[in-house]
Amino acid sequence: MTEFEIIMGLEVHVQLLTSTKMFCSCSTTFGSPPNSQVCSICLGLPGTLPVVNKKAVELALKVAHALNCQVAEVTKFDRKNYFYPDLPKGYQISQFDQPILHSGHIMIPTPKEDKKIRITRAHMEEDAGKMIHQEGTPYSFIDLNRVGTPLLEIVSAPDIESPDEAYSYLKELKAILEYLEISDCNMQEGSLRCDVNLSIRPKGQKTMGTRTEIKNLNSFNFVRLAASYEAERQKQVVLRGGKIEQGTYLWDENEQKTKLMRSKEDAHDYRYFPEPDLGSFLISKDLQEKIHSQLPELPRIRSKRMQEEYKISEKDCAFLIEQKVVADYFEACLKKFSEPQELLNWMKGQVRTYLNEHDLAMVDFPIPPKNFIELLELLQKKTINRNAAKEIFEQMAKTGKRAKEFSQQKQKITDENELRQICQEVIKAVPQIAEDCRTNPKAMNALVGQLMKRSKGRADVDIARRIFGELIGE
Amino acid sequence: MSIPEYSAVKLKELLETKQISALEIARALLDRIKKHDAEVKSFLYIDEDLLLKEAQASDQRRSQGKVRGILEGIPVALKDNICTKGQRTTCASQILPRFFPPYNAHVVEKIQASGGSILGKTNMDEFAMGSSCENSSFFNTHNPWNLNCIPGGSSGGSAAAVTAGFTPLALGSDTGGSVRQPAGLCGVFGLKPTYGRVSRFGLIAYGSSLDQIGTFSRSARDAALLLEVIAGRDQRDSTSVDQPVSSYQEKLLSSLKGKKIGLPQEYFENLDEEMKASIMAAVEVFRSLGVEVEEVSLPHTQYAVAAYYIIATAEASANLARYDGIHYGYRAEINAQNTKVEDLQEIYHESRAQGFGNEVKRRILLGTYALSSGYYDAYYVKALQVRTLIKRDIEKALEKFDVLLTPTSPVSAFPLGEKIEDPLSMYLCDIYTVTFNLSGNPALSVPCGHDKKDLPVGFQLVGKLFKEEEILAFAHQYEKETLVNTLAPIKKA
Repeated sequence: MTEFEIIMGLEVHVQLLTSTKMFCSCSTTFGSPPNSQVCSICLGLPGTLPVVNKKAVELALKVAHALNCQVAEVTKFDRKNYFYPDLPKGYQISQFDQPILHSGHIMIPTPKEDKKIRITRAHMEEDAGKMIHQEGTPYSFIDLNRVGTPLLEIVSAPDIESPDEAYSYLKELKAILEYLEISDCNMQEGSLRCDVNLSIRPKGQKTMGTRTEIKNLNSFNFVRLAASYEAERQKQVVLRGGKIEQGTYLWDENEQKTKLMRSKEDAHDYRYFPEPDLGSFLISKDLQEKIHSQLPELPRIRSKRMQEEYKISEKDCAFLIEQKVVADYFEACLKKFSEPQELLNWMKGQVRTYLNEHDLAMVDFPIPPKNFIELLELLQKKTINRNAAKEIFEQMAKTGKRAKEFSQQKQKITDENELRQICQEVIKAVPQIAEDCRTNPKAMNALVGQLMKRSKGRADVDIARRIFGELIGE
Repeated sequence: MSIPEYSAVKLKELLETKQISALEIARALLDRIKKHDAEVKSFLYIDEDLLLKEAQASDQRRSQGKVRGILEGIPVALKDNICTKGQRTTCASQILPRFFPPYNAHVVEKIQASGGSILGKTNMDEFAMGSSCENSSFFNTHNPWNLNCIPGGSSGGSAAAVTAGFTPLALGSDTGGSVRQPAGLCGVFGLKPTYGRVSRFGLIAYGSSLDQIGTFSRSARDAALLLEVIAGRDQRDSTSVDQPVSSYQEKLLSSLKGKKIGLPQEYFENLDEEMKASIMAAVEVFRSLGVEVEEVSLPHTQYAVAAYYIIATAEASANLARYDGIHYGYRAEINAQNTKVEDLQEIYHESRAQGFGNEVKRRILLGTYALSSGYYDAYYVKALQVRTLIKRDIEKALEKFDVLLTPTSPVSAFPLGEKIEDPLSMYLCDIYTVTFNLSGNPALSVPCGHDKKDLPVGFQLVGKLFKEEEILAFAHQYEKETLVNTLAPIKKA
């Protein structure tokens, strides 16, 4: 039985985190009313001209360092010509033969060891608009808010050998891009999209097989699923004695299969040529150095440092680092708070649960580090107990108020006399349970439960247990 | 003399000495247009009320001592591919019948900021593609020297309007000669500045790496005046260059003694004898002013027209893709088979097939072909290589000479209809002008008399990059010696 190997290359499109578009000053905010963020330039009205957004170029130069890329000394834009209603000029301004970045690599984790994936090139371009098709109408809608949003297309070499490697590559790339605040990589909002080029060949064969392209995948999981499906499909074709035809496919989420969008015969001839409205430009060494000097710590390096500095596991670090804002929040808290493990537990527990329940991203988490530390300190000093802390956490998140505003009412009752009085009331109310305690020590938990209810969670459990023991033993 | 006969500089003087008002100028020009433009047909659109209102506002500013700048009270006509805010801008095309730009072109802002006003929009070959103005989808414009003849193109309307005394000044655009060739054929001054000298913001693109806005006037001094207004860097056009704007008017009288003119021999080889004689007479005038004249060779000249028609059409094929019937402009409802247009592909096909004229379609096809995979290297890349060689030729020649002097056009104005069915012979009208679009050098067509048919003849002066003041000085001092009449009588043959 022939064994096959998979060869994949990924093209990742990321929206650059600029406040304005690539060639005009329109806002890039996501989710505004359709066609509210457009101007004469991004609408391609006659007589208008593009002007390069310097911030986008600077973001691309940040990528250069992170992906170990070479920066082109001279770069230029080109026009990529095709007709589609989401493209008002009839061409997309992109880069063809002189991309701003080339010849880089990143390391990705694999079950065996870290593996190097080469980056062939990365180029700047403008995004297209969005077509909205409505079932049952003879027309479609066009929203051009997204037209002209700066994109960086990062093209890997065909070094990826399995769908799992593709997944790791994307995860690693996303972490880097988020870390450097190059892109928010929000896949639901389309800030990161991926095309997969895939071919198979019998193990040992030197020449490449014919590749197919799967376009517009907007989740890492789809990439893995689509690549697995496509590899298997190609294998079946070859095993049946067929030939792989070059073509462009789409992933059908409902049917869980790749579907042919266009065959080689229908492939576009994009007729690239240099964009005459912009011309070539030089990227100065000064600018490169300026950007290099302002770069934040990269995720892999940060993970290693955090493991050592806070004595936390690699796995926990991975959780923190997956989103830069989470790691930033964690470290901001630790500037004034000395228990990393306690903080980590809260981040993995209450904080994560809160975000999930309210469908929020970490950037929208309502409690600032300063206030969060105050809460943890109250707990640390045993001013409040853990249950009370959790309740105060919820209220802080809800109201934006500081922990102290709630802790007065939640302060632990440690006064012996006061506690003794409440304990007596409990025994009086549920004498049967108190009786059970004599024979069944577990019944004590039920008594404590009643006590907490009566004290609104404020009772100091350790002292209360001792008092219950004394009272029942009497 | 009457108002329409005066140059802009003379009108300025009369305004400044309160001998006339801006309102009188506007009225006099409108009167002449009403009287004669039915025959010349140079204007597509004039907003009379706006013009009169602006003239009154200008007079008021002057009386209050609040003159805006050096064009205060002077009207300028615009080729209809220069965007005017809220005023219809058509490129003389059926595909853009009701486009009211929400912005002014940079040059319009500059004119208004210096006190000038927009007289109206002039006829042109559709999307600036043509050398006779016959590709306008509205009507033909006639040469005021002989109404049976074409005015040249593509800025034929602007050239004819200045020649007929409808306006002292006009702007056109020059991609392969579209300012200089009609200026030559109409016998006025037509200046194409250095590429990057004037912002293209608001100029509807044809061949973006070649397009440059240029001036029409009946004197070199007026050209200097208008260039002073419109030149300079504009952040909205990345190809506009940050070079200081010279005081062109002040330098008109810089001495020519000891300066050198180069005559590129390739430009005189097959030239009509009569035209050659006119131009050589002009050369003698320069000699008499103390200028040294020598022959020079620009060896790659013969490839210029071919390279131009590949680069310009390649860029045009992309620039005109936006007229797709989807976002704005003409959308076909009914197809050629007289049935309703159904799907997206058909909207594209039918809107463009019906909306564009034949010459525009021809050039889009040419450009698309030249950029297609498999042909790209043989055509487009080759043309870019030729462009580099041509640039080097001219750079080298201008190391030795201050200016180059050539004919503007191989022929004088020809009868309407003569070449319209023969695109190749029409393309050859640009043979002497396209080179300097490819190289980017400033070039100016100067009128130098009339041929036996009483049609104007012009020569072209080419300067070093951003040295417009030099060619303007040459033209001005020649003009003073010869006093060629630049105002046409408006007559039938």
